[in-house]
Amino acid sequence: MAISINEGDAPGAVAAIAESQAERPRKRRNEDRPIWMEEPGPLMRIGKFLIFTFIVIVMLFPIVYVVSMSFSSAEDAMRGGLVLWPKNPTLDAYRAILRGGVVTRALQISFLLTLFGTAAQMFFTTTMAYGLSRTSVIGSRAVLYIVLGAMIFSPGMIPSYLLVKNLGMINTYYALIIPGLISAWNLIIVRNFFMNLPQELLDAARTDGANDLQIFTQIVLPLSKAVLAVIALFYGVVIWNSWFNALLYLNDSTKWPVQLVLRQYVLQGTALTSADMLQPGQSPPPAQTIKMAIVVIATVPILCVYPFLQRYFTKGVLTGSIKG
Amino acid sequence: MYLFMLPGLCYFLVFVYLPMAGNIIAWKKYSPFIGIRKSPWVGWDNFERLFTDDRFLNALKNTLQIELLQLVFAFWAPLMLALLLNSLISERVKRTIQSIVYLPYFLSWVIVVALWTQVFGGAGVLNKALNDHGWGTFNIMSNPDWFLPVMVLQSVWKEVGWGSIIFLAALTKIDVQLYEAAAMDGANGRRRLFDVTLPGIRSVIILLLILRMGSMFSTGFEQYFLQRQSYGADRAEVIDTLVYYLGFQNGDWSFAAAVGLVRGVVAALLIFGANWLAKRFGEEGLL
Repeated sequence: MAISINEGDAPGAVAAIAESQAERPRKRRNEDRPIWMEEPGPLMRIGKFLIFTFIVIVMLFPIVYVVSMSFSSAEDAMRGGLVLWPKNPTLDAYRAILRGGVVTRALQISFLLTLFGTAAQMFFTTTMAYGLSRTSVIGSRAVLYIVLGAMIFSPGMIPSYLLVKNLGMINTYYALIIPGLISAWNLIIVRNFFMNLPQELLDAARTDGANDLQIFTQIVLPLSKAVLAVIALFYGVVIWNSWFNALLYLNDSTKWPVQLVLRQYVLQGTALTSADMLQPGQSPPPAQTIKMAIVVIATVPILCVYPFLQRYFTKGVLTGSIKG
Repeated sequence: MYLFMLPGLCYFLVFVYLPMAGNIIAWKKYSPFIGIRKSPWVGWDNFERLFTDDRFLNALKNTLQIELLQLVFAFWAPLMLALLLNSLISERVKRTIQSIVYLPYFLSWVIVVALWTQVFGGAGVLNKALNDHGWGTFNIMSNPDWFLPVMVLQSVWKEVGWGSIIFLAALTKIDVQLYEAAAMDGANGRRRLFDVTLPGIRSVIILLLILRMGSMFSTGFEQYFLQRQSYGADRAEVIDTLVYYLGFQNGDWSFAAAVGLVRGVVAALLIFGANWLAKRFGEEGLL
């Protein structure tokens, strides 16, 4: 393949070179390179490769390490060192914490809290977002300002606590759900999405005699499934991950969700006794592997929904509507 | 239609605006046993105390230091990452790296701190390795001198991927023809970065900077709270953690509320200020 290159004809020449390289399968990705972009030099390539390898290792190392520790046998865990793959994998630590003790109970609590909490949040968020999306309704503008005001001023920890206390919600799970029912951010995102739905469709339904409730449940909600799924997942992740409100409002540690239990045993170093694991008399697996198993167990639900989350937010569902 | 807004509106009024009114205890000497209404008024005493209270001044100093560092380092990291990701040609490699760097954002702070302690803490991998070679220990997870860098690195680790999403989305919106034209005119990679890419996402950068400034005093609470004990209050106390400890440990409710209220007002002023600044720069602003 003869190529004549004139100086000043750089983009064309690059394209021609890219074309000639396309025959070799290893270089195929160069086809995707825009015509005007120069081929990076070898130094640049190696530099970029090293940077990304570094980033990936830094992000994954702690997670991989903790997972493999949680599966390690007692002796391997004691020996320490760089464990990236358990030599004698064992489920002892998981058996110990899932037998029905403190951690098991906390996991159940967290699951139920997340489930009911998210459901309540979705009800409040979607209904209000629908109301706000109808700008023709008198007063919806004023309500919108109330929401925006809530985004700018936060009431503060002490008065919020006093309110929850005066409402008699201390030591109840209502205290973990109700004060955070609506996130103003999510509300605005959902509202903007509702506003961008084809209005003709809603108008047509209205002329056919559908009332607002029917339009909401039969047209608006089904059309917004994707966005609502993401918002629900975000709400769910936040509830699952929260622990501070439980610390504030739940005095009774037997009611604690898993993140707070995690803090107690893993960060504050309270030892998990055999009684906590419902296996009196037996010698439990080493504290280290148990701690790691709790960390892993508390992370697994996040990892399960992560692919779904990612599928949507990379599509720009949320970023597209970031501006209120 | 109003029925749809009613539940949500009630929520905002009761759980956001009613507590705002509850800040009234900052002007009282609140005691839980007599209740808000019967507690005696003390005027501006609690606010005057702000200027002389050592714990508050220390927390203020720590907060300003850490937030400034976060702004200087943690804010720009996602932009760098987005530019790097954007320079990748292969979609598959890009996707894979994205799914890895976004992940830590969804882990709770409890888990993040637990992970970091396992790696850098006294009994972590790093120190075990150092010990095995007889190099002694080096615990950055509890040494007050390391508090600031570790906090910044932690937030970068957790949030860099997530933060890069918005920049990436903005980068894809830049017209490819601009790059083509620039390259035709002989602009090399660096010139295209400074003359096409960065101006192209300028408004997004400014918008995010505003948001960041607005949330200056409200981010990172869980992070600092979880690690306050290991680094010690002298170094790790920030305004938010101080509010908690004043209220829930010392029972100094009114002073705690005053601190929280000042923080809230300053945060709001910061949002308005940053927004005004953005408009002066000819950007759209947020409000």
